[in-house]
Amino acid sequence: MPLVLNEEQRMLRDSARDFLSSHAPVAALRKLRDTRDPLGYAPDLWRQMAEMGWSSIILPEQYGGLDFGFTGLGVVLEECGRTLAASPLFASAVLGASTLLLGGSEAQKESLLPAIAGGELTLALALEESHHHHPTGIDTRAELRGDNYIINGGKCFVLDGHSADKLVVVARSAGESGDREGLTLLLVARETPGVTVRRAVMADSRSAANISFDDVTVPAADVIGEPGSGWGVLEPVLDRGRVAIAAEMMGLALECFDRTIAYLKEREQFGVRIGSFQSLQHRAAIIQAEIELCRSVLLQALGSVDASPEQLPMLASLAKARLNELVKLVTNEAVQMHGGIGLTDELDIGLFLKRARVTRQVLGNTGYHKDRYATLCGY
Amino acid sequence: MTAPGEHGNPKELDRFRLEVREWLEANCPESQRKPVTPGEQYWGGRRGSFASEDARLWFERMRDKGWVAPEWPREYGGGGLTAREAKVLAEELKRIKARRPIIGLGLWMLGPALLEYGNEEQKQRHLRAIVNGEVRWCQGYSEPGAGSDLASLQCRAEDRGDHFLVNGSKIWTTQADKCDWIFCLVRTDPDAKKQEGISFLLIDMDDPGVTTTPIELISGESEFCQTFFDNVRVPRENLVGELNKGWSVAKALLVHERKLMSEIGSDAPREVLVPNAAARQYLDFDNGRIADGELRNRVAEYDMLMQAIGLTHFRTFEEKVAGVRSAAPLIMKYVGTEAEKTKSELLLDIMGSSGIGWEGEDFSAIELDTTRQWAASYAMTIAGGTSEIQLNVIAKNVLELPQS
Repeated sequence: MPLVLNEEQRMLRDSARDFLSSHAPVAALRKLRDTRDPLGYAPDLWRQMAEMGWSSIILPEQYGGLDFGFTGLGVVLEECGRTLAASPLFASAVLGASTLLLGGSEAQKESLLPAIAGGELTLALALEESHHHHPTGIDTRAELRGDNYIINGGKCFVLDGHSADKLVVVARSAGESGDREGLTLLLVARETPGVTVRRAVMADSRSAANISFDDVTVPAADVIGEPGSGWGVLEPVLDRGRVAIAAEMMGLALECFDRTIAYLKEREQFGVRIGSFQSLQHRAAIIQAEIELCRSVLLQALGSVDASPEQLPMLASLAKARLNELVKLVTNEAVQMHGGIGLTDELDIGLFLKRARVTRQVLGNTGYHKDRYATLCGY
Repeated sequence: MTAPGEHGNPKELDRFRLEVREWLEANCPESQRKPVTPGEQYWGGRRGSFASEDARLWFERMRDKGWVAPEWPREYGGGGLTAREAKVLAEELKRIKARRPIIGLGLWMLGPALLEYGNEEQKQRHLRAIVNGEVRWCQGYSEPGAGSDLASLQCRAEDRGDHFLVNGSKIWTTQADKCDWIFCLVRTDPDAKKQEGISFLLIDMDDPGVTTTPIELISGESEFCQTFFDNVRVPRENLVGELNKGWSVAKALLVHERKLMSEIGSDAPREVLVPNAAARQYLDFDNGRIADGELRNRVAEYDMLMQAIGLTHFRTFEEKVAGVRSAAPLIMKYVGTEAEKTKSELLLDIMGSSGIGWEGEDFSAIELDTTRQWAASYAMTIAGGTSEIQLNVIAKNVLELPQS
């Protein structure tokens, strides 16, 4: 797996950066926040992203995809992280599309993937049931009655769940909370009777829904993969999601760090630019070292999705854990190094700080992934 | 065998790999395919000796093949391999756990600097002597009054026309008491600004006026020395690069040193204990997990860090081949040596009271070695430019922060 981007990927990065800086700068997120936009993203932007193929980047050509590989997706997500661009790209084109791609029947893929690729259909993954990532901690029940499943339970922290057309619901058809066996993935239209969606506005001005399911009836044909064997699909989907969000986190860390370094070069105190102070230089240099390590880990993890999926679990946990810590370090130092102005809402640094906190909780905090890494290592 | 230097495409590389594999199979003695103890390692030099007949054979075969210095030109005793070929060779050596036939600062540091800055006569004379194991080199940079502030060095070399008269001393001269020659930074113009009056000199340690004293360290080892120069006459032909321009030679050499130090631990073909293996030996397990949650967490953190560092080494190589510039090489000394210290501290905690023995029969050789390695690990973040100096370099050269 090459750890250097090829020319096509570099071109994609440059065009994504150009597009986002003009069409979805940080100011766009600010506007969505200040107008309390009900959707939480700009449909026009999403349409343009889809036209450029971003929503279909990892999908095979037969389903209307660009088939550009996961590294290409990472490149785009990293640029989205730089401008904090709000869109269903992660929830729908990564988590949703990957679930269908890895677990869906041919009929499901043919009927749904082209619409996802085109951006007309959006998905969200309804997984979590508590305030911490616990993908086997599922109590939501899916009970087979005749040709239908009846779903009862509740989900939280469903990213873009308030706006998605369909939900991928992780439910339990057998066993107990904590078991890997007995999980069943079901596709549920958000408008289905019995589905109650409450939008939760998060610190990063984006939305994650709390959703309850009361006797929701879903045809058995809408199960993704084998009933009771959902874990085999879910785990690789989550790993793809972890690597993808890590790519976005890299972008936000880099942008926040760039802005901070620029400030250190311009702000004067005691008659000199504050970047000449060794206490600040060393802290900045330590961040640079962390960025370099994260860069290698991220490239390897992105590459492994397509080239060596057997390495993905370990690399996904490595990437998510390290990027979790990187975004915390960078955003905290960014506020501190900006001083008083770093506390103001007028400066964008606070938006990076908040987005970092949300991404840290997506699909596993650092402790979760250290524990998983240790377990995968056999200790 | 294919002529060296022409392997660019993967197919050619695969063929080269097979050739290497075959040659190693036929030429690397079985005894040279297991971890080396510090005493068995061959360093070359007038006083160097082989620990066994196999070690001699292995060295001579590698020397004749040119693979003691795989990337050096063939005319100086090297192998003339491309970077990719050399990587293949290194991978194949690692695969069979082959010992390094010879190691030393000549091979790692002076050689590459001479290739860049030496004149033809110096290359002919010194490179072959390094490859042949005839001369063992040490480094004379730091002085008692010039550590991190290396450019303030005072060791004086007075220009006397056909020779320099050297007076002063060098400290932290690694294993100088076992070396034959020393490459030194000396002050040739006391009136010039700091970096500008420094020259790079090669000095034969058998010359009259050169004396060396070992320094005992907290590890109990005395691998560092102080070397004194008292009216030493050094022939002018031993000046490398231009007079008063030694600083640029030294900087190039420091890059090699830092790269080397960043790689220590990542490919040591000697028997060393790593934390996750030590954990199995010294810690209780509960349901397949290290029972001590704090230590389990630290072992995982260390393994994750080392995987990240390993991938970054790999990335710097890929970038070099692709001609892409990045900041990665400049952070490696800092992260690599800090990680090495982290590991040593972690091992001590994993081994408990077995990790803090100093001598005697109550501890295994590897336990005693681990304790000594821990004490020696403190040198890692000081030698070759302290961690603080590394951070200064990153701040200046990568982040381009204003200098005070």
